Parts: sequence; structure tokens; C-alpha cells
Amino acid sequence: MNDLRDLYQEIILDHGKSPRNFGKPESFTADANGYNPLCGDKVHVYVTLKDGRVEDVHFEGRGCAISMASASLMTEVLVGKTEAEARALFDKFHELVTTEHELVGDDDIDRLVVLGGVRQYPSRVKCATLAWHTFNNAITGAGEPAKTE
Amino acid sequence: MVSPVRLQPAPDLFDVARIRADFPILSREVHGKPLVFLDSAASAQKPQVVIDAVRHCYEAEYANIHRGVHYLSETATHNYEATREKVRAFINARETKEIIFVRGATEAINLVAASWGGANLKPGDEILITALEHHSNIVPWQMIAEKTGALVRAVPTDETGDFLFERFEDMLTPRTKIVAITHASNAIGTVVPIKDVVATAHARGIPVLIDGCQGIVHRGVDVQDVDCDFYVFSAHKLYGPSGIGVLYGKADLLEAMPPYQGGGDMIETVSIARSTYAALPHKFEAGTPNIAGTVGFGAAIDYVAAIGHDAILAHEDDILGYALERLRGLNDIQLVGTAPERASIISFLIDGVHPHDSGTILDQAGIAVRVGHHCAQPLMDHFDIAGTVRASFAVYNTRADVDALIDGLQDVRKVFA
Repeated sequence: MNDLRDLYQEIILDHGKSPRNFGKPESFTADANGYNPLCGDKVHVYVTLKDGRVEDVHFEGRGCAISMASASLMTEVLVGKTEAEARALFDKFHELVTTEHELVGDDDIDRLVVLGGVRQYPSRVKCATLAWHTFNNAITGAGEPAKTE
Repeated sequence: MVSPVRLQPAPDLFDVARIRADFPILSREVHGKPLVFLDSAASAQKPQVVIDAVRHCYEAEYANIHRGVHYLSETATHNYEATREKVRAFINARETKEIIFVRGATEAINLVAASWGGANLKPGDEILITALEHHSNIVPWQMIAEKTGALVRAVPTDETGDFLFERFEDMLTPRTKIVAITHASNAIGTVVPIKDVVATAHARGIPVLIDGCQGIVHRGVDVQDVDCDFYVFSAHKLYGPSGIGVLYGKADLLEAMPPYQGGGDMIETVSIARSTYAALPHKFEAGTPNIAGTVGFGAAIDYVAAIGHDAILAHEDDILGYALERLRGLNDIQLVGTAPERASIISFLIDGVHPHDSGTILDQAGIAVRVGHHCAQPLMDHFDIAGTVRASFAVYNTRADVDALIDGLQDVRKVFA
């Protein structure tokens, strides 16, 4: 049970149960579908870009606590980022959930560190990265749904 | 040859402790807890006799089959073909040439869809499946439908996940050219009355393929009694090795079908201009097959046959009934699939908890369940869910395994409280 507390930290349970920025916004400039064929989870990410910066991110979908919490946290940390900064943060986040590397702390990564427990559960990494892949597809304008496979 | 060590026990002498002792993996721990394996519907664990048979094949009796004149090739060929006879007897087929070895049920269905379907389906023809099917009994039909202009139609199910016989009869039309249907649902356990299905389809001149992956494990089959045209299953769910399976087909149908893959072993003569094909069953067995796996499969059939399906069914029904009773006593558990006739497979949801989270938490308690859509997305769509937690019970499971699962659910609640 103690190991499980590393994975299911309070913040994750909270965001999983009450995801922030959930639902389709009235307006947005880019969006994409994401799908995890392994579990059937679906997510739709809506992005508003203004002057090259992320002004707002919303999402809707269904999934496990990890995928919902990850999507929810993502919608918060991406606001204010340039596209390049957002991509760099995704790279760092990917490193966080797949490797043991000590990441040099900045405020954004510090907020996402709660998801680091996922690295002990290889089959669950994709739950954590689905929303990020989907965000990436939205801002690059890829017409295809994001997939974790 | 490794011969079966088990003598035929009477059903009332079913000794699950002795059965468990036959499966070495069941004594291991996972995350420091005794393993509770409830995922046999995905793939069953292997008894020592199967492991020994595979090992013995490689250590003492291995060479390529149907080729050499030397001792080892002849021995390997004999052992490989001996499994074919065991399968024939196990499902009561008329002749060994009706037993085609394939990689698994998936390949068997692809073979029938491509070969039989390619030769017989025309634009507007209908392939009738059900909403209960595994993806492997959906996608191969969609692929051949796309090629031939035929249509795939599915008999719907109801809120219990039952097979709806009247809807099935209604959906048989003059355009229906084949029925492809599961013997038992891998996702929710519903057992289909295949003998009645076959009789109804045959009355209209329509052949029937049965996906027996779960049915062969939990019910067994007599293909002459059921009178199905094709019956497919995989060895690995029947306590045998992975990568080997069976296509049973009636000889006249198989004779008329074109080969599925070309290559060695499936030919009679080859010239650059043309080739002639070998007789059944070799016509459908191109290339070097899974020789050791087939030998291990033979040991698995001996093992299951020695226990007997009556004893297996009685045992599994006991565990199933106990599990249903305990789960129904929990007010935060929702059963998915409640058909009256079912195999020992239970799908359920825990209120407010996604199946993947449940699966990870149960795993930490040493309990292996399957979570997700179970390769049955149309069925999940029918229930409007992404997936379920599935516990499946095999010959080696016990009431104590059910108790462990129920205790594990308490861990899930604690995390998500």
C-alpha cells in the first residue's frame, strides 16, 4: 500500500476526481483527439493560442485517475508558455515519467513531479502521457488523433 | 513422448490442491504476496507436464518434421502428428485431416475469412457475427468484406449481455453466407447455445464458424454433435503453449478451399510455372510450424482430458457461484454481463474507480486481473463503458482466490476513499 501512495498521491486523486479546465470551451484555436488503444481511454484537448503563447487549455474525456490527473495538471502548467516552451516541457515531463533522472527543478516540473511515481509502472506511463501527446498534435495541427502506441 | 501421469479421477474426487501443485508458477510471489492468478481467460498457466514436454522435445527429440529420413525427424514428426490425433479425439472430429494447426484462433479465423470468404463471398453478401465477439472474430471478416463487397452484420445483445436467439434468427437473411459466433464471451462469460445456432443456420443452408477459445476451456466441444462447419481455438488458453492453435473444419469444406499461405510443406509438386498442393491437412500448413509447442499442446490435451470437462465445469461453477455471491454482496460493485448461462468469467466495475487503477492496485496485492476492453470494444460500447475489471477462473483457482480478490477490492477503496 505504501508503494501505491507514491503513485496515487493526494494531488493525483484530487485532480483525477475533480479535473480542472474540464469541458469544451466556447472558443479555441486548435484541438485534437487522443486515444489509448490499450485501454480505450479517450481525451480531447482544446488549445487557445494567442500571439504565439498558450492562453488556455481545456480537455474532456474519460480515463483512469492517472490520465485524468495528468491532463488536468497539464492544462494548468501550459498556460503562458510559447509553443517552443510547451514542447520543451513535454520533453522534460516525458523524461520525468520514464527515467530516474534527477530533473533540475523549476516551478513547472515541480508541479508535475507528483506524476513521477508512474515510472515504476511501465504499463501506466501511457496514461500519463496521453494528454500531452494530444496537446502536441493540437498545436502542430496534425490532423490525426494522437495515439500512445 | 511424454505420457500423461494423471489417472482419470471421479468428479467428486476433484482435488484442487493437487491440481495447483501441477502448476509451478502458482507457488511464486508477486510484489511480496502469494500470486492470485485470475487472468486465465487471457492465457492460462502451464502444468509441469506441458513444460516438461516442450523441454523434452528440445532436449531429446527435436528436428524438423515431414522432411528427414533420419531418426530425430521421424520422431519429431510422429510426436507432432500424435497431437493432431489427440486434438481429433478431444473434439471428436471424424478425421485427423480435419485438424489444421495454426498459430492460434486468430490465425484460424483469418484463414477461413481469407480462403473460404475469398472464394465464396460476393458484393451484398452478409457475414453474421454478434456483439459479443472478440476483435479476432470481427476484424478478419471486416477485411474480407472490404475486399469482396460483403457486409458484416452483428446480432445485438441486451443489458445482461446475453445471446438473443430471436434477434439472431431475424438477422439470418437470404444474403447471409456465413455465421461466425463465439462459443463463450471472453469479456463477460456469456455462453452461446451453439448447437441450436448451428441447427438454425443449417436449416437455411448457412455454414457456421465457432470461436471456441473460451468454450473449449470451460465447456469442451463435440464437433460432430454440434455439427459446426469450423471450430477454432488456441492452445495457450487450454493450459498449452502459446503460438499454436487449431482450425477444425469439415473435410469437404476444407478440400474446396484454396490454400491460405504458400510455401514448403503445403505442396505436392512445384515448378516455376505452377505448383500443385498437398492434401489435407498439410495444404494449410505452409512452413515449419511450432513443433515443440505442438508437442506441449498434446501434453496439455492429455492433462485436461484426464481431469475431464465434467469435473472442470463442476469446479469452475462452484468458484463462479461463490464469486458472484460475494461480489453481489458489495454495494459499490457493478457486474457487467449477467447472462444466466455463463463460463467462469466475471466482468465488473468499482464505483468511481477506473479499471486500470483497480488493476494496478490489485496487482500490488499479488492479484492478477485483466483490465480494459478485453479486445471486445463493440461490447464495451454496448454497455457504454471503456472497459471493466475481469476475473476469470480456471481449473486451479479456489474460493480462497475469490476471498483474496474481495480483500484486494478493499485496498482499492482505501486508495480512492
